[in-house]
This record gives sequence, structure tokens and C-alpha cells, in this order.
Amino acid sequence: MNPFFATHVPVLLGLVFAWLVLGLAGLVRSHRITWVAYTLFPLGALVAMGIAAVGFSALADGFVAEQVILPLGLPDLPFHIRLDALSGFFLLLLGSVSAGISVFAAGYFRAGEGASPGLLCLQYHTFLASMAMVILADDAYLFMVAWETMALSSYFLVTTQHRIPEIQRAGFLYLLMAHVGALALLLCFGVLQGGSWLMTFDAMRGATLSPVWAGVAFGLALFGFGAKAGLVPLHVWLPEAHPAAPSPVSAMMSGLMLKVAIYGLLRVSFDLLHGGPWWWGMLTLVLGLGTALFGAVFAAVQTDMKRLLAYSSIENIGLIAAAIGLALLSYAFDMRLLAALALTAALLHALNHALFKSLLFLATGSVLHATHERSLGKLGGLIRRMPWVATLALIGTLALAGLPPLNGFVSEWLLLQAFLSTPSIPHAFVNMIVPVGAAVVALTAALAGYVMVKFYGVIFLGQPREPSLMQAHDAGWLERVGLGWLALGCILIGVFPQVALNAIAAVTRVLVGTVIQRGPAPWWIAPVAREQASYSGLWLLLGMAGTIAVMFVLVRRMYHGRVRRTPPWNCGYPALTPRMQDTAEGFGQPIRHMFGPFFRIARELPAPDDRAPRYRIQIDDRCWHGLYLPLARAVGWLADAVSVLQRGRLAVYLMYSFLTLLVLLVFVL
Amino acid sequence: MNALALLSQLGGAVLAVALAPVLAGWVAQCRAWLQNRSAPPLLQPYRSLRKLFRKDAALATYASPLFRATPYVVFGTMAMAAAIIPSVTTDLPMARVADAIALVGLFATARVFMALAAMDIGTVFGSMGARREMMIGFLAEPALLMVLFNAFLMFGSTALPTVVEDILNTKGLMLQPSLAFAGVAFVMVLLAENARIPIDNPATHLEVTMIHEAMLLEYSARHLALMEWASWLKLFNYACIGFALFVPWGIALHANGPLALLFAVAWLAAKLVVAGAVLAVIETVSAKLRIFRAPEFLSMAFLLAVLGLLVHLLLQS
Repeated sequence: MNPFFATHVPVLLGLVFAWLVLGLAGLVRSHRITWVAYTLFPLGALVAMGIAAVGFSALADGFVAEQVILPLGLPDLPFHIRLDALSGFFLLLLGSVSAGISVFAAGYFRAGEGASPGLLCLQYHTFLASMAMVILADDAYLFMVAWETMALSSYFLVTTQHRIPEIQRAGFLYLLMAHVGALALLLCFGVLQGGSWLMTFDAMRGATLSPVWAGVAFGLALFGFGAKAGLVPLHVWLPEAHPAAPSPVSAMMSGLMLKVAIYGLLRVSFDLLHGGPWWWGMLTLVLGLGTALFGAVFAAVQTDMKRLLAYSSIENIGLIAAAIGLALLSYAFDMRLLAALALTAALLHALNHALFKSLLFLATGSVLHATHERSLGKLGGLIRRMPWVATLALIGTLALAGLPPLNGFVSEWLLLQAFLSTPSIPHAFVNMIVPVGAAVVALTAALAGYVMVKFYGVIFLGQPREPSLMQAHDAGWLERVGLGWLALGCILIGVFPQVALNAIAAVTRVLVGTVIQRGPAPWWIAPVAREQASYSGLWLLLGMAGTIAVMFVLVRRMYHGRVRRTPPWNCGYPALTPRMQDTAEGFGQPIRHMFGPFFRIARELPAPDDRAPRYRIQIDDRCWHGLYLPLARAVGWLADAVSVLQRGRLAVYLMYSFLTLLVLLVFVL
Repeated sequence: MNALALLSQLGGAVLAVALAPVLAGWVAQCRAWLQNRSAPPLLQPYRSLRKLFRKDAALATYASPLFRATPYVVFGTMAMAAAIIPSVTTDLPMARVADAIALVGLFATARVFMALAAMDIGTVFGSMGARREMMIGFLAEPALLMVLFNAFLMFGSTALPTVVEDILNTKGLMLQPSLAFAGVAFVMVLLAENARIPIDNPATHLEVTMIHEAMLLEYSARHLALMEWASWLKLFNYACIGFALFVPWGIALHANGPLALLFAVAWLAAKLVVAGAVLAVIETVSAKLRIFRAPEFLSMAFLLAVLGLLVHLLLQS
């Protein structure tokens, strides 16, 4: 299409450009907090709102995909930009969530914490702009350029405090995994062009691949995007990089960047490859379920609040991947409605996870600033010192635990509904596997509740475990606004789920050619049929609130509201110290006990005659010792083997050149 | 939606809230008879509620608002759940609001709030109880979901009223092996979720073995009353879910008139009497398990329910 006829794309490009300009403006007076934090970041939030609005308008009925060719890029390969419903939805996600994060970041970033605020501002907005460009790209070249920019800018953000050795290591691991994944993607696009050597997505959509090559392309895409999203066993960078980064950056990586990887997987598997044989779906489903259970179990035993959230992100990505797998599976059997239902669950969960996980990561940022403590063992009782953060974090906690009437429940509900519809799949083996999948989803969802009680209970409830926590201060107003924005999103999607489903319907229409049934009201969803299953967040909320209010009034009217403040009873034990409370390790103990084979546990037990008895337990990921360390050793061994060639003497090197020349001559002649 | 439906909706919920203490009293009475003790009166739970509501609430000095709000939230969720379950009639406007999966979600909400409140004071037993309750919960919740899935695979709906109408109107209760698996699993979940022997003992006074009670240790007066009432209501709700899935006879259907409602109430009372007695027998003949045997008990329930699903699919294909 001629760029002059496209209405949405130029606006979007302008907004993305505005992000870059804001980033560069940060360099002008890079140490002035009033300039960088109080001016540029809020402006970035406004730009984000604009992007969300344009993305939302692309989801309207009757929107035709817009395509624009930019006069930029390589001589033969100009940048192609395309906006369709899928990219519109992910732009909506990116814009609406990053608006909250930017407002929070305005109150969060200060001078004297690693890189200067201006530099952070540049990296931050480059990161955002590159994510938007990944979503908008319509050729492999621009996609990879934006993808790499995203990886690099986030790498610099992760290593903000680059003087700390652990953060250096975490950053290196992240960079390594990002590039292994990017290599797979590069190869994937190489396969997808199917001999035409055209790198536009249009050409790839039209290319006809043999089933084997299509399978190879899908496998590479699953590897590449899975490495970015954190599918087991490619998840190892996630629990290292997320805690290392400043909290708004963790929120962006977990809330947004993982979703960009999900976007890529959807784009390649549904849009470019048009689905495939059923084993693609089965593979994704099994990987997703394994990832979900793995993440939930590991989250339950963590003692660092940001690591806990990182593992919980792995769990949620697993659920999203499982839903995508189910969609691919049913699409392979041409069951469009079921595919649409599973895809809706995946997309809604992606949006929900972006909202509540960002909210919680930001809340840990506020806690970190107030207490300078990340370890769960040294927190506690913050609900009394930080009521605002505690209240807003409670909303995120309940949403992440998948409890009605908040948003997390809606997407889990949809996912379970999708699983319940699978017995109609005309394949006996698949039929048998899928109920087991539903069982794993149920178990994971229940474990998420356990994890969230641990997270919230240990940080915000109980008594402060360190005396210094008594001086903790609540978050500033900008931080509160950012947190509140995300919490509002959690509540609104939970209460008016049909609004989100209407937006998603446009995406499923593009990807699988059909939509799930529209609910009877904005607050009422019934994805298949009203008699079969329906859910209304608003009525549930009103019902609960009504009962609570009636009960409260009744109790006050018929009896009284008298309260006597006393010391805690504690079954009559006189001395009660904060150290008697359950620790984070203690709370995770039942999980450690039950899922023992999951972990690699190293215990250090005190001997009976120790002067200073010390009990230490370290829980490791088996992936490290089973997969990555052997791999690293193999690479090292190979490098050693090759290094035999490197003698350090000029004569030997000349000899190599001579031999090479001889061999080549033999070939040519 | 007509006036009768609204009335029976409201009436059903109020009935559940009002009857729940009687059920608890009846189970306690049966237990006492079976154990050769002299039984407390049937209406004892009401008396203790009245006593608790009259007292002044003793609250730990640093209890947060979450601690005070939780009893109301827990009671509210349980009353809401009672409004969704078709205990007397299937003509429930609210049942369309939340299906059985949402019901499990409501129970989870109550559990999470209870566990959070137990951790709020920071006492030894509170946080220990919270941890144990969440452990039981995360095993029982998927097992319950799997039980419900069994019914849904058979009747193709996650809405309990539709399931009940399906059974009563057309299909009848087929004697299917998968239902037997689901039934056993459901009873096991019911025992675990309602703090009954063999998982927990509602009458225990030994703090170290407590699960449910340990979370309530810091509560007193009206807060304690609401928490106790909510837990009785939870037992009532579980019983009604069981009736709807396995013995739905007597529940009034959409088309039946007001007279059927009266019959339905009588049927419900009869079923509750039997169920309470059975529960007392189970509790009397079994011994309490060690806490780390509880996961085995619950994973057995979970596996039984999943097995039921697989059996159903195998027989169907």
C-alpha cells in the first residue's frame, strides 16, 4: 500500500521515533533528575499510551492490514512495515503496560545507582522502541535488526550496576542465550524463504515448503523464541538476569520482552507457516506444560523475591505455550473454534501476565528502595510501613494466584475450558494425553496460589525480621501511580473480561479464521455456549461485596464493633520474636519434600559439637548439571582440540596457507 | 429471570447460611454417639455463634486491616459459593455468573485470604498453619477440578445446574466406572478440604497437629464466629456439590412450580442427615494421618480422578 493511504502506520512510526528522541534527549543533561526522570519518563508514558491507542484501533472490526515500505535499509531490501490485528494486540499490550512502568520508573531511577539516569533513559527507550519495531516488522531483515537491538539494549539495562561480578555473569549468560536464540531465528528465516531468496514476510507466507522443511522451520522458531521466552530447558538465563536488573527493567523484560517472543512464535507458526501437523502442537503443549510445572515448583522454594518472580514468569510462559500448543493441535485437526478458544486463552494470559507480573516486579523495586533487601529472609511486616505498596501488590498477588474476580482467573478459566473441549479431537492418542494436560494446568494453577501466599506473606505480613525495616518508607506518588495503573488493569480485565475478548477476537479471526462466541454483556463471557459455561466477573464481585456489606452491617447493628488491642495470644507462649516466624525456606519445605527429584539439593548440617552451628541448604536446577555444564565442557574440549593448530609460529601459519592453497588447487583442477 | 427464580436464589443462599451450623452440629452429635460420649445438642453451634458475637474482639496490637477484613471476605466467598450451587433448585440466576471452575476459584480465594491473615500476626502457629493449609490446598484443588471434569466430560458443561438437569431430565445417572472413581476422589477431597480426620481434626486442642485451627488461633469474638461459620458453610457447600454431581434426585427443576421447592428442601434435609452420619462414621473409623502422609492421600485422590477421566475416554472410544 502507498504510505500516503496508510493512516495508522505513520502515526505509529512517529510515536516510535518519539521514543528514540526522548531517549537521546536524556543524554543532554544526563544527571539532572528533574529533566530525565520528571520530564522524559512521563513523556515516554504518554507516547506509550498513544501506541496502545493505535494498537487498539487496529483491532476494530473492518480494519484492513496496512503495509508500508520505508526508504530505509539495504539497497535491495527496504524495511517493510505491516500492522495487522496480531501486531495491533501486542502493541496494545506493549503500550498500556509500559505506560505504567514508565510512570513508576520516573519515580524510581535516581542518580548514583550504576549508570547515569540519562544513559538509562536512552537504553530504556531504545528497548521500548526496538520491541515495537519487532512487532511491526514485515521482513526478516528488519525483524532481526530490531530483535538484536532489543537484546543489546536490554543487556545494557541488565548490567546497569556492572561493577558487581554476579551481575556481570548474569548479563553474559543472558547475552549468550539471546544470541544462541537469534542464530536459530536467522536459520529459521533462511528456511522459511523457501528458495525464493526474498526476505519479506509476504514471500514467506506464499512460499510452499515440504513438510520436512516446514517442520525444521517450526523447530528452529520454537527454539529461538523459546530461548527468549524461557521455555525449559532454555530458561536458565531468566532467574539470573531478572534479579540482576533494576526493577523497572525486570518488569519490562518479564512483562513485555517475553511477550514479544510469544508474538514471534505466533507470527511464524500461524501466520507464516499457516499451522502444521499435529505433532507441532503436541510438542509445544508438552514443553509448555513441563515449563509451567517446573517454574511453579522452583518458584515455591526460592528465597530471593525477584528470583521467585522470575521462576513464576517461567511458569506463566509455560501456560501460554501450552495454550498455543493446544491451539496448534486443534488447528491441525481443522477444529477452528477450539483453536480460537485456546488462542484466546493464550493471548489473554499474555496480557494478564504482562500486567500483574510488571506490577509485582515494580512492587519489589519499591521494597528494595525502602529496605535495601532482596532476600525474603530479611523482610516482613511491610504492610504496616508501606500500606500503599502492600495494597497494590496484594491485587497483583491475588491476580497472579489466579483468583476470581481478577484477571488471572479469567485466562486460566478459558484455558481449562479449552482443555475440556478437547475430547472432540478425532485422534485417540491425543485424546488420552490432553486430560493429563488439564491435570497439570490445574496443579500448576494451585501451586501458583502457594507461591503467591509465600511471596506476599513473607514480605508484607508478619513481623519485621530485621530492626532496620521499622524505618522503611512508602513509595513516592509517581511510583504509586504506576503501580495503581497496572493494578487497575488487573481489576478491569477481571471484571469486564468480554472487552478484552472482543479485542482478541480480531486476532483469532486473522490467525485461525474464526472467533469464539461473544458474551452477552461486557462483564459476561460465554465462549462456547451459555448453557455450557459462562462467567461474569462483575456479578461475582458485586455478589461478594454485597454479602460482605450485608454481613458487616448485620454484625454491627445486631451486636457491636468493639475491639480490644492486646498482645498476640500465640497459645500462651510468653516470648514471641520475629525469628520464630516461618522463613522463606520453611515455607518452601513441603514442596522440597514432595518434589525432591526436581531439585539438586546440597545440605550443610551442623555437627553436634559445633560452636556456631550452621544449617545451610542450596537448591540447584538440574538443567545446569545435566545439560549446560557438560555442554560447556564439550565446547571447552573442542576449543582445546582446535587450539593444537595454534602454534604461535609464523612458519607454521604460512604452512597452513600453503596447504590450503594446495587443497583448493586440487579441487579446482 | 422471574420473581420466583430470584426468590429461590436468595432463599437458597439464606437457607445454606442458616442450615450450615445445623449440619456441623449434626456431624458432631453423630460422632459423639459413635464414640460413646454424651452428645452436644444439635443447636450448639448457634449458641457458640451467639456467644462469640457478643464478646469484645481481642486483636493483636499490630494486626493489619487485612487481618480484620479476612473473616468478612471468607464468609462472603462462601455465601457466594452457596448461591451458585444448585442445592434446592436449578433455577438460579446467579449460577450463570460462575460455573464450577469459578466455584473452585472461590474456594481458593477464601483459602488464600485465610492463609494470608494467619501470617499477618507473625506467630509461630499461624504461619505454620498457613503453610500446611496451602500444602493441603494445592493438592486438593486440582483433585477437585479433576472430579468436576469427570462430570463435565459426561455432560458437556461446566455449569452445575445444566449437569443436574441433564441427569434428571434425560440421561439418568448412568452407572459408569468413571463416576465411581470420581466419587471416591470427591469424598477424599471433601475430608481434606474441610479439615476432617484423617487429614485434620476439627476438635483438636494440640497445636502442633493443627492445620485449620492453627490459622484461627489469633481470632476471637465476632471474627472467630465468622470464620467458624464460614468453615461450616464450606462443609455444607461441599456436601451440596456432591449431591448435585452424584445424587441429584429431589432438586427442583426450572419447570417445576413452587410446591416442588418445598419437596426439594425436604429432600435436601434428608440427604444432609445421611451425609452427616456417613461423614461421622468415616471420621470415627479412620485415624489421623501424619502431616507428611497427607500428600500421599491427596495425590491418590488426584490420580483416582485422572484415572476416571481416562477410563471415561477409553470406554467412549
